[in-house]
Amino acid sequence: MLLAEQLHHSFGAVKALDGISFSVRPGQTLAIFGPNGAGKTTLLKVLAGLIRPQKGRAHVEGGRRAIGWIGHQAQLYNQLTVRENLRFWASLYDVVPPPELLARLGLEEHADRPVRALSRGLVQRVAIARALVHDPAVLLLDEPFTGLDRTAAETLGRLLAQHADAGGGRATVLVTHNVEEGTGLATDVAFMRAGRFVHFGPRAGRGAQQVSEEYRNAIA
Amino acid sequence: MRLLRAGRWITGIALLLLAGVYVRALAYTPMERMQGMAQKIFYLHVPAAIWAETAMILVGLASVFYLFLKDPRLDRFAAASAEVGTVFACVILTTGPIWGKPIWGTWWSWDARLTLTLFLFLLYMGYMLLRGAVSDPGERARFAAVLGICGMVLVPFIHFSVYMFRTLHPMPIVLKPSTPSLPPVMLATWLMSLGVFSLLYVGFVIQRYALSYLREQLEAAGEARNA
Amino acid sequence: MRLPEPLRHTWAVASKDLLIEFRSRTAIISAAMFVVLVLLVFTFARDPTAVAAIDLAPSILWVTLTFAAVLALNRAFQLELENQALDGLLLAPIGRSSIYLGKLIANLLFVGTVELIGVPLLALFFNISVWPYAAPLALVIVLATVGFVSVGTLFSAMTVRTRVSELLLAVLVLPFMIPPLMWAARATGPLLAGRPLSDITGWLKMLAAYDIVFVGLALLLFPATVNE
Repeated sequence: MLLAEQLHHSFGAVKALDGISFSVRPGQTLAIFGPNGAGKTTLLKVLAGLIRPQKGRAHVEGGRRAIGWIGHQAQLYNQLTVRENLRFWASLYDVVPPPELLARLGLEEHADRPVRALSRGLVQRVAIARALVHDPAVLLLDEPFTGLDRTAAETLGRLLAQHADAGGGRATVLVTHNVEEGTGLATDVAFMRAGRFVHFGPRAGRGAQQVSEEYRNAIA
Repeated sequence: MRLLRAGRWITGIALLLLAGVYVRALAYTPMERMQGMAQKIFYLHVPAAIWAETAMILVGLASVFYLFLKDPRLDRFAAASAEVGTVFACVILTTGPIWGKPIWGTWWSWDARLTLTLFLFLLYMGYMLLRGAVSDPGERARFAAVLGICGMVLVPFIHFSVYMFRTLHPMPIVLKPSTPSLPPVMLATWLMSLGVFSLLYVGFVIQRYALSYLREQLEAAGEARNA
Repeated sequence: MRLPEPLRHTWAVASKDLLIEFRSRTAIISAAMFVVLVLLVFTFARDPTAVAAIDLAPSILWVTLTFAAVLALNRAFQLELENQALDGLLLAPIGRSSIYLGKLIANLLFVGTVELIGVPLLALFFNISVWPYAAPLALVIVLATVGFVSVGTLFSAMTVRTRVSELLLAVLVLPFMIPPLMWAARATGPLLAGRPLSDITGWLKMLAAYDIVFVGLALLLFPATVNE
């Protein structure tokens, strides 16, 4: 579903990706943990097609149409309303926003308010709605839990679980340095350091505590 | 560094030869009947102007290749060519009026070559300013390449505009070469001058390129140490 | 009948930009005010006895329109900065050209609106007759504006994240605006004096050539400004 082959990429003298290869099958949720500067965001951008790797290639089945991205930036227009934002982003994927999307995220009463009038938590939820508006098969998440309030974090967790359970070939890749929050959702886990994977494998029932410890040992 | 030394040698030789051509132009080449002393500037200015423009075209070509090949050497060459082009343009723009004033009575005339050189200078300045404003090296190279290509494509349009401008506003001619059929002595001096300026361009560009490369090495070493 | 995809995407980007601009209205009103004020500056700076208004009009018109265009150009990619919306545009399955063309169209309509305000004002302040020549004049203005804005939109993508972005954009784009500005001013003079369109076809052809070359070049080069 998602394939990365021998990815290498440097920014000047800094090697962000140093020979990464892996694949993600439908139904998997891969959580990649790593410290800042490990190259996680670069990896995700290569997967999304935002960066063309200097060596190697990445392939996502269905292309850009099948990808949804949730990162720290909302990718919304402050002067437009929630509904207008969703309609615009949907039009780029040649769809219309599904009617129940607003309800799923608890945004119905705010649908016609401009984004700049919303609280931070609400903006985060609109950002999630934007990512899901075209019903992507692959979700890529870049530090999604950073700065989320309680409600938003729970909503996100719920949505990710729904996405994974939706069947019909869904996959998720999430990168974060927050091992506790990420483990619960994952089916597979990877540790990344200095552009390489130092661990890659199924979670196999390990709890957040255990994975955290292993991570600390691997990265230290 | 070998390249830098080679560049310095070439520039040194070229500057000596330049002095030689200068002497030849002033003392050993016959005075042109109608324009007199003023015409002598043409031996030095026209080759310099030709190279100021050629440098821009080379920036454009290097930029095109850079966008396809992504080879940083092409970017370094483009930057070097732009700097050298700027210097040549500055020299023409400052010495042109200084030479022209005692002879023509005005500091500035919208002479075709001077005006074209002024445009080139503005394009070069824009190029350098853009390079200076972007910190990420990859982005800087890409953006500079885009601007360089646009600058190169603009040059023919500038030629046309300047030609039209002059046709509508006849003005004293400062840098016009004399009649099409140059006597052999004058032609020889001019060709010598063109050769010297070519050498000067090459020497300067090699030096600038080498310096760029050395600085990049230094920065990479610094980054690796800090990382 | 649905339009082909690239056109639909281009229009989606353009209409989104226009919706934002005309909803907040700050930018368009500021640009219009700027044109009014520049015309005022020209009015008070000139000696009415020295040169006839009709002789000066083309120069004043084109200086004003040039500066108004430069100021308007920055908004295109400024819009995308706030929440990194540009990344969203790049992630979407739309061609890079759709992004450029959408921005170009939005810019053209924005600058066009400012021009619609400026030209009648010029006629009013300087007491020149413009209405009888409205159609050919519109043609000249459209051709020159496309030239200005095509290069400007491309450059604004590069300057928007630099420190003195507006100033840098002006410095980069003005040398590119001077040739079309010159041809347009040369074409405007005869038109305002009542000469027929056939008199200025040379200038029109140059303007059209410039537009074709630079819109084409900008389409080719735009991806290099946004792709890493």
